Amino acid sequence: MDYTQLTSNDVQRMLQTIGISSVDNLFSGIDARHRVPSGLKIPAGLSEPEMLADLQRLASRNKSTDQQISFLGAGIYDHFIPTLVDALAHQSEFVTAYTPYQAEASQGTLQAFYEFQTMVCQLFGMDVSNASLYEMTSAAAEAMLMARDINGRRKVLISGAAHPDLLAVLRTYASNNAETQIAVLPITDGITSLTALRSQIDPETCAVVMQHPNFFGNLEAQPQIADIVHQSGALLITAVDPISCGLLKPPGDYGTDIAVAEGQALGIPQQFGGPALGLLATRNEYMRKIPGRLVGMTVDKEGRRAFCLTLQAREQHIRREKASSNVCTNQGLMAMRATVYMATMGRQGLRQVAQQCFDKAHYAARQIAQLPGYELAFPKQSFFKEFVIRTRHDVKKLLHHAQAHGVLAGVPLDCWFAEMNDCFMMTVTEKRTRAEIDRLVEILRNVQ
Amino acid sequence: MTQNHGVADVDVTIPLLFEEGSPGSCAVSLSKSDVPQQDVRKMLPAELVADDSPPLPEIAEMDLVRHFTRLAHRAFSVDANFYPLGSCTMKYNPRINERAAALPGFANLHPYQPVDQIQGLLELLYAVREFLQEISGLPEVCLQPAAGAHGEMTGLMLVNAYHRDRGEQRLNVLVPDSAHGTNPATCTVCSRTAITVKSRPDGKVDLDDLRKKVDRHTAALMITNPNTVGVFDEQIGDLAEILHEQGALLYMDGANMNAMLGIMRPGDFGVDVMHFNTHKTFSTPHGGGGPGSGPVAVAEKLRPFLPIPQVIKKTDATFELDHNRPKSIGKVRAFFGQVGVLVRCYTYIRSLGTEGLRNVSDKAVLSANYLAKRLEKAYHFPIPGPYAHEFILVPKFEETGVTEIDVAKRLIDHGIHPPTMSWPVHHCLMIEPTETESLRTLDYFADTMLKIAREARETPEVVKNAPHHTPISRADEVGAARKPNVRWLPG
Repeated sequence: MDYTQLTSNDVQRMLQTIGISSVDNLFSGIDARHRVPSGLKIPAGLSEPEMLADLQRLASRNKSTDQQISFLGAGIYDHFIPTLVDALAHQSEFVTAYTPYQAEASQGTLQAFYEFQTMVCQLFGMDVSNASLYEMTSAAAEAMLMARDINGRRKVLISGAAHPDLLAVLRTYASNNAETQIAVLPITDGITSLTALRSQIDPETCAVVMQHPNFFGNLEAQPQIADIVHQSGALLITAVDPISCGLLKPPGDYGTDIAVAEGQALGIPQQFGGPALGLLATRNEYMRKIPGRLVGMTVDKEGRRAFCLTLQAREQHIRREKASSNVCTNQGLMAMRATVYMATMGRQGLRQVAQQCFDKAHYAARQIAQLPGYELAFPKQSFFKEFVIRTRHDVKKLLHHAQAHGVLAGVPLDCWFAEMNDCFMMTVTEKRTRAEIDRLVEILRNVQ
Repeated sequence: MTQNHGVADVDVTIPLLFEEGSPGSCAVSLSKSDVPQQDVRKMLPAELVADDSPPLPEIAEMDLVRHFTRLAHRAFSVDANFYPLGSCTMKYNPRINERAAALPGFANLHPYQPVDQIQGLLELLYAVREFLQEISGLPEVCLQPAAGAHGEMTGLMLVNAYHRDRGEQRLNVLVPDSAHGTNPATCTVCSRTAITVKSRPDGKVDLDDLRKKVDRHTAALMITNPNTVGVFDEQIGDLAEILHEQGALLYMDGANMNAMLGIMRPGDFGVDVMHFNTHKTFSTPHGGGGPGSGPVAVAEKLRPFLPIPQVIKKTDATFELDHNRPKSIGKVRAFFGQVGVLVRCYTYIRSLGTEGLRNVSDKAVLSANYLAKRLEKAYHFPIPGPYAHEFILVPKFEETGVTEIDVAKRLIDHGIHPPTMSWPVHHCLMIEPTETESLRTLDYFADTMLKIAREARETPEVVKNAPHHTPISRADEVGAARKPNVRWLPG
């Protein structure tokens, strides 16, 4: 099945019009040495039933999170996705359109992205959001490049309590960019060391990158951090969990200059981590430094409300080597899902989701910490929906035991933090029930 | 484009979400919590707790359905209309791909699940990797990059790592003047200086200019082939030799792979590193701007530097993610990649198979050359054919003032998406029909373009004021940039 529809008669007519005898004539300029001599070594095509059977075979060799009870998080979350998200975001007009360059023929997509930008601002308490980026870590890297473009400084301090992938990606970008040097702030008791921040920040510091709640789920002292950062004239970049903004102060309220986030929690399936959704919002004064697509409201010739891509003079297709970002398109369909999700949840729904995550995570943490052999790794810290458990059991065996009982109990941390080999991290979303949490507690109680 | 679905709403402004609904409305029905509710204010530091709920809209379910359904009707799409947008390969996106990606066994997988629970997915990813190796003629592929531009950046980082590993710092990257804007922008992001190489009048690289500019400071040449004006540059083998003599690498932007599937393989003509755009070549949907996916294929000498993790097959035929690569450039994004997109890519390549892939390029190239032939008397063709899968033409109606933009906008009135406008040649239209259109559609497009050419001479105002049948007339883009309004505010 190849989805072409030109018949051999059509092909003959077309060849006649062109005035050649065979399609191969169109490739005659190509050096014979560069032609593929015989076909590609790829299996023959499949019929639709064969294809579906093959996909079913592969899919059934995976065990999805809906076939078990999942307490996995660490950046990708199993939140409830309302029916409306697929039904509305996955309409074929949205799926099979491209970037809305042609405003007159793309008002639907453009208006939805304008609404997306607005709701991201409402959620984050920021002034201006772009129309989305790939995912959180590369969005943070874009924020880092944007910060350098704003104040011209080189040094970027990154919280060691941020997601290890965030650190890794910023390192990759920075090691290819002569203008950027990064340093990592150490962790004290599960949060970023303020003492280290105070001693490492200086007038050369371009930006400080925080994650709040941080990788371990702990809340950072964002208002104090913002003060320290701004006293040095640096910019504060905060990576947040958008669901947490249903309960926690949004990043704009404590002085964040550039907020970034992983938007997967906003109605996007886990999909092994991608495609996800990078969010990036900033303050009005930096609007012309923002990377990626931006939709603006304008009028048409009759004065009617209209939308179009705007401030394109920032972008690579106009500025070329002078552009500070090479990003071309946005993460359109994922942004559309988040748009429908935020509108569906609305003011009340998002708060309820956040409250339930908070309540269930704290219920689970309390139950587990009461078990002999288990404790919270950071009992002094506040958390939202994720927390770290320290145990006297062998973590690998424990997780394996839980898995055998149909529960993914958490993420082991030793591959990133060798000294935390007696810990695992748990996430509790609003989807988990008390019965499921109690079941996990029983399983943990019975670990030998 | 008239899509009024039986009611005359074409002129009606669709209210913003923020102008709909009423306080207290909500479209979601969440389960009641079955654990005790905690008092956040007592449990968290006061300065971290929000004063109020975020001020999101409050709209009931049915009104939300209407809102987004009406917006969808105002989005021009491949599923509804012909979309000959040059360089973007707007081919049909098979429905089965969407069904594949939505299977719970793919959609509901967490990146930190134990490896024995994701063997089917890793097998699929490993197969995509092998397919792309075969299609590119290059021995290794990394699947992580999130989009074409992200693939370019990854590719250039690999080039940097390669030279660094050999103890060289090469700071220049050569880029033809007709390159896509992401190429020079990527150079800047990777701290490399983009140096422009001239094209000849026929759109191919000027070899003399290239020889003058390539030296021991050259890290790579970034080239698109077939190039951005739509022709195969048959000098590609010579280009590779000129670069390799100086120790530089050849980077190929795979934007136009749709013209060479099973016909040519970049690895066979000396390409060292390239990226694919799965959303162009392999039919994954464009989604109003994304998600794309930009796998990178490399020659043997670049293999050690690939990003982590890589999918590997062990001797016992199980699959694993390999993080242990000491010379790797590191991570370019979180987790693994655009996995849901790669599931679609797998489905497409498996459905078509080797014959189907070859047929794609045959039909794509045939369709482009057919359209070019049909339009040659009414439009100016600055670049001579034969063309690959796309071509450029220039509307020349100077005496009437009708521009390429007017022609493009007039196409909308006929249910056809405008071609790429004004790039890479001034005042041009770049037309890419793709392989999936019928002869009837191709002829309709050609007839419409000929009709517009007549209109441009006889009734130019009709063309200059187009489109006439859209919800809005031409948008004031200058005004939008002068006083940007990029979010709604109350009052």
